[in-house]
Amino acid sequence: MNQPLKPNSFRAGPDEDGRFGIFGGRFVAETLMPLILDLQDEWNKAKDDPAFKAELEQLGAHYIGRPSPLYFAERLTAELGGAKIYFKREELNHTGSHKINNCIGQILLAKRMGKTRIIAETGAGQHGVASATVAARFGLPCVVYMGATDVERQAPNVFRMKLLGAEVKPVTAGHGTLKDAMNEALRDWVTNVDSTYYLIGTAAGPHPYPEMVRDFQAVIGQEAKEQILAAEGRLPDLVIAAVGGGSNAIGIFHPFLDDEGVRIVGVEAGGKGLDGDEHCASITAGSPGVLHGNRTYLLQDGDGQIKEGHSISAGLDYPGIGPEHAWLNDIGRVEYVPIMDHEALEAFQTLTRLEGIIPALEPSHALAEVIKRAPTMGKDEIILMNLSGRGDKDIFTVGKILGMGQ
Amino acid sequence: MEQRFADVAAEGRPVLVTYFMGGDPDFETSLAIMQALPKAGADVIELGVPFSDPMADGPAIQLAGQRALKAGQTLAKTLDLARRFRAEDQRTPIVLMGYYNPIYIYGVERFLDDAVEAGVDGLIVVDLPPEMDDELCIPALKKGISFVRLATPTTDDRRLPKVLENTSGFVYYVSMTGITGSSLPDPSLIAGAVARIKSHTQLPVCVGFGVKTAEHARVIGASADGVVVGTAIVNQIASSLTESGKATDATVPGVEALVRGLSAGVRAARLAAAE
Repeated sequence: MNQPLKPNSFRAGPDEDGRFGIFGGRFVAETLMPLILDLQDEWNKAKDDPAFKAELEQLGAHYIGRPSPLYFAERLTAELGGAKIYFKREELNHTGSHKINNCIGQILLAKRMGKTRIIAETGAGQHGVASATVAARFGLPCVVYMGATDVERQAPNVFRMKLLGAEVKPVTAGHGTLKDAMNEALRDWVTNVDSTYYLIGTAAGPHPYPEMVRDFQAVIGQEAKEQILAAEGRLPDLVIAAVGGGSNAIGIFHPFLDDEGVRIVGVEAGGKGLDGDEHCASITAGSPGVLHGNRTYLLQDGDGQIKEGHSISAGLDYPGIGPEHAWLNDIGRVEYVPIMDHEALEAFQTLTRLEGIIPALEPSHALAEVIKRAPTMGKDEIILMNLSGRGDKDIFTVGKILGMGQ
Repeated sequence: MEQRFADVAAEGRPVLVTYFMGGDPDFETSLAIMQALPKAGADVIELGVPFSDPMADGPAIQLAGQRALKAGQTLAKTLDLARRFRAEDQRTPIVLMGYYNPIYIYGVERFLDDAVEAGVDGLIVVDLPPEMDDELCIPALKKGISFVRLATPTTDDRRLPKVLENTSGFVYYVSMTGITGSSLPDPSLIAGAVARIKSHTQLPVCVGFGVKTAEHARVIGASADGVVVGTAIVNQIASSLTESGKATDATVPGVEALVRGLSAGVRAARLAAAE
């Protein structure tokens, strides 16, 4: 019996060095350390500042459109014939995904720190759009790094970012996906450290980013908890979200971590299957390593070289995962499972036709897991899923695969 | 390594530290390059360990790493490179430079044992700041391997003591914020920065990032204990390769000629400083 001791709370991390168990930390070049320490100071001050909280809430309500609704998916529930299915509708936020929650929070910090330029990485373009949006709102120039493959498959979001005044820099290194965009953003940051704020979109990277992004996204789970109690008078039996880096998932999971009766499942991109390299299931098929400022589960070879991975969804196409997820997996609080490209694609179509909601390909992975589990559960049981983004950006990709070309 | 710095200082000139990527463009050629470096005047060798995601490196070193990985280079083979070099040259210090993940995956203890056995004198691991010293720095020091730390223009007086605390061998002053291979800043700023670091430590201070020519080496060498040249060497190697990235007859001699010029630069630094 070598199981790690169960902590008193699953919500107490990270420690002061940014560790969740063995995961997390601050694995960055010395050039960035002073800035990361400054950011941590500023974040600690802001957390306890009522004025910061008030501004965040005001913008949340009037700019993002919070709280986002909790929606009972009646027809999907009837079709699957099992547990009652609720969606937390983050896709109804301004800019069309949960990403804006974090961007508003971080740009307020950037302003407090006196930074004059914003950079961001993006995969699906949702974080890029949200970054470009808040940069426009606060009058700061914004550069978004995006893998060249993603620039192509998420063209509508590239256009939106440009309209919003951001400069989109395609990155051709590697497979031209999120990992490569993050490398390039880090290079920019190292070069322009005095003026620039790096607005990381996911709950990964060096401390304090994983904690900070989680706290900005935890509004999802906090609202959902109140809403489900109002609707059902009790907590859900199962909470499900898709995990790439893991910001939408940690956002909805975190407020439920200490609720013992609530099972929690994170869905990784299984791509074309876990046998080869064509997937992004970092936890299910990877091992602990160090990349992009933190220790976490990574897809890598025996020499510690990072693999490229694959997912139909640009937002999940990343060979790592946020460190808190890595810890929650090892400690056994959250279960992580893969969903294949074709299952996500099927779920995408199911939701579109049954509920009139076009989901992004990222939450379509979570939905595919809901579709698997709901029929096995009782009618008195409740599933809560984070519908983290809308699918307008994906319609051309999906149309092409389904042979529905224009 | 201390001995080498002391010997060179006795000659009244700065140390020439040369970087190249292990396994670029292939194992045998990079061994020949490594063996040629001291003969051309290099005093210390920084041996690059390729990594798939070199976040702090510019395009030149990224590409060198990709060429090396494509040719099958690994951390184990890079240690082998050091071992083969050490069999013939027992004097020139070898400093491995790279990122943490390949070492972490190899296993820290096993890596350090193999590095000692291969004749490695020091390590530079870009993504391990002092906050992460328990990972590799402290275990390395216990085995007698130096842990060379980077200091940058963002490392202010408040932070310098922390950066220098467990640093050994030498301090590598990165003369600008930015990635490797960027252009050189004002030499007078560098002289000031070197003086600032030296007020906090007895260790030699070497300056790198942006040193491309003998003239650069001469100017920087006037104020620093050593000059680090990396991207210029890597570019020289790249320019000698065939279109498909294979070595040619010009690859090793090209590096030799470049380093000979740089060596003349650091030797002229003594004269410049004396004027």
